[in-house]
Amino acid sequence: MSKICQVEFKETAEQAKKLQEIIENYKHVEGAAMPVLQQAQDIYGYLPEEVQKRIAEGLGVSEEFIYGVATFYSQFTMNPRGQYNFSVCLGTACYVKGSGDIMAKLKDTLKINEGECTPDGIASIQATRCIGCCGLAPVMVVNSDVYGKLTVDDVPKIVDKYLKK
Amino acid sequence: MIRAHILVCGGTGCTSNKSLEIIEELKKQIQEKGLSEEVQVVTTGCFGLCAKGPIMVIYPEGAFYHSVTKADVSEIIDEHIIKGRIVKRLLHVEEDTKDVVLSLNETEFLKKQVRVALRNCGVIDPENIDEYIGKDGYQAIGKILTEKMAPQDVIKIIKDSGLRGRGGAGFPTGMKWDFASRSVNDVKYVCCNADEGDPGAFMDRSVLEGDPHVVIEAMTIAGYAIGAHQGYVYIRAEYPIAVKRLGIAIKQAREYGLLGKNIMESGFDFDIDIRLGSGAFVCGEETALMTSIEGFRGEPHPRPPFPAVKGLFQKPTILNNVETYANIPQIIRNGAEWFNQMGTEKSKGTKVFALGGNIVNTGLVEIPMGTTLREVVYDIGGGIPNGRKFKAAQTGGPSGGCIPAEHIDIPIDYDNLISIGSMMGSGGLIVMDDSKCMVDIAKFFLEFTVDESCGKCTPCRIGIRRLLEMLTKVTDGTATMEDLDKMEELCYYIKDNSLCGLGQTAPNPVLSTLRYFRNEYEAHVKEKRCPAGVCKKLISYVIDPEKCKGCTLCARNCPAGAISGEVRKPHVIDKSKCVKCGVCMDNCKFGAISKK
Repeated sequence: MSKICQVEFKETAEQAKKLQEIIENYKHVEGAAMPVLQQAQDIYGYLPEEVQKRIAEGLGVSEEFIYGVATFYSQFTMNPRGQYNFSVCLGTACYVKGSGDIMAKLKDTLKINEGECTPDGIASIQATRCIGCCGLAPVMVVNSDVYGKLTVDDVPKIVDKYLKK
Repeated sequence: MIRAHILVCGGTGCTSNKSLEIIEELKKQIQEKGLSEEVQVVTTGCFGLCAKGPIMVIYPEGAFYHSVTKADVSEIIDEHIIKGRIVKRLLHVEEDTKDVVLSLNETEFLKKQVRVALRNCGVIDPENIDEYIGKDGYQAIGKILTEKMAPQDVIKIIKDSGLRGRGGAGFPTGMKWDFASRSVNDVKYVCCNADEGDPGAFMDRSVLEGDPHVVIEAMTIAGYAIGAHQGYVYIRAEYPIAVKRLGIAIKQAREYGLLGKNIMESGFDFDIDIRLGSGAFVCGEETALMTSIEGFRGEPHPRPPFPAVKGLFQKPTILNNVETYANIPQIIRNGAEWFNQMGTEKSKGTKVFALGGNIVNTGLVEIPMGTTLREVVYDIGGGIPNGRKFKAAQTGGPSGGCIPAEHIDIPIDYDNLISIGSMMGSGGLIVMDDSKCMVDIAKFFLEFTVDESCGKCTPCRIGIRRLLEMLTKVTDGTATMEDLDKMEELCYYIKDNSLCGLGQTAPNPVLSTLRYFRNEYEAHVKEKRCPAGVCKKLISYVIDPEKCKGCTLCARNCPAGAISGEVRKPHVIDKSKCVKCGVCMDNCKFGAISKK
């Protein structure tokens, strides 16, 4: 199990307003829970308890129901991600080309596990299934920068590039 | 007057390789050199040869440039566009013959391919509906609506074509439509499965990125055939480019009156909405997918009732995969016979595969059914890199099995693959060379399914976890021969008793590797040895005293301090301290360290 990051929930007035708008838009749509949660995560970066509560209230469903949906899908997270999110593809094509070793090196370099965030909130690690650029295997994505045809030795260099910014 | 078109791939593979920067640079330089009236830059979908990305094709010559960088742009403009001289150094060179090839169609990679589903990928601008229409797009739905074809006649064409579902199970598409059309209900739905979950497969993504309108047209045809007025495309959130292009396509189709109320003045209404998945493999299963669209946890439920009777929101529903839809408009336009001439007796048409792993030409290929695996791997795929040997190909992802070298001449179709213990699957085809341990591969897939099991039924939730534990015993060298028998028994138990396709197929990677590579399992169990040298607990590094010069490089690099020895004298590795990282072997300049 990954460590739960104990970050206090904070939001701006703008974020709260946006969430309220989304809930209003979807109030009467069948199957609204998924799109609302997806858009809420886009706003906050994760799904804090408080946000889940508001969604449940707004859509007129129980909190358990929202929590159930949010925990079922791997893209939803209750933890904030780091400022730089390092995600390593562990799809088959990448695995066959050694992405397991890339992941091991990344964990070793950042000293955290998959699904965790460094205590300072700077870096987090995530494992993803195929992102679909198998021609570049093995692949790592940092926020939206893609690094392909990686070797284990590339990992610390890429990490440095972000952490020393 | 436009005299040249520069096509640049804007698919996920090439954009990850910075193709968008190339497009920007091209546009900038064309502007600067005053060529805007003569040269047009087009962002297309996938050309297929992802290993050589970023890819660029320039017409009218059809010159195919690969591995292009931003720095190449000025030479391309000055030489090719202005002086009309092909930039030879960017052309493709065949691996074995060293022939320089001008156009993509002349490459060995494309010669044996037949493009039906991928017809427009890499040819048109996917964000421009006019280009799709220019390639006979929306003619099929136009024909149906203006000739007022009876829905049953549409279904008959699809049935006669012999098209089977491209999502993996191979159920006849026409039959599915027929069932749904017979269900009496005012409200019915048409769904598209674009939740391509098999890790290592990207066929559906490429179709949506390269030719999104074909899916819209096909779903409209399906809606007309079964009497539905609403469609949903369920697509992975991990495919942002595909989501964006499909969104643009839907908007354009609505503006042109090809979606919405009274399509082509025919009185027929049909519209499509996108629903995003959120990363759950089980949602590729039809009942789970529909539950997810309804906004619940994506858990499957027992069939019957089948979706054709009671599906999305309890209404009759059909669900087809993206690639299946990509065949439909052409079947309507060209007729059932045109389609069923391609392929084998029971598998008609073509199949798209995402070729990956240890192969030279990683990419997207479309072959007529019945092409042999050997042709795919060696002729189209260019063979195995680094002088290694072909060991196995894996199809069907976590639900499929492996095809060993002894079956490499088998013609690929639905029934042949099932008969050798694999399956067509959605089209992931991962090639593995002889450095791969098959027990480790089986374990990889099982870790995936353990992770993705939704937990609703016990055989899957607990069964595959127990199976993974047994496999781990094998890779740790603590298993007994009885464990292998128990494993096999458990596999069949899980297959027979799981609720949905995920559990029913999860043991396949284990069963097929046990069938073809039992000797590897036995080596792990009996000799405590991993023949491929992959399973960490079973390998050890040794220094050959004959070859060791005592340079101390290995001892200095060892992170565990496990290597000792005097200068200029043979060193030794302390096995109790060794963490098996392999750094010593990588660093040794004399080849004195080996893995056993």
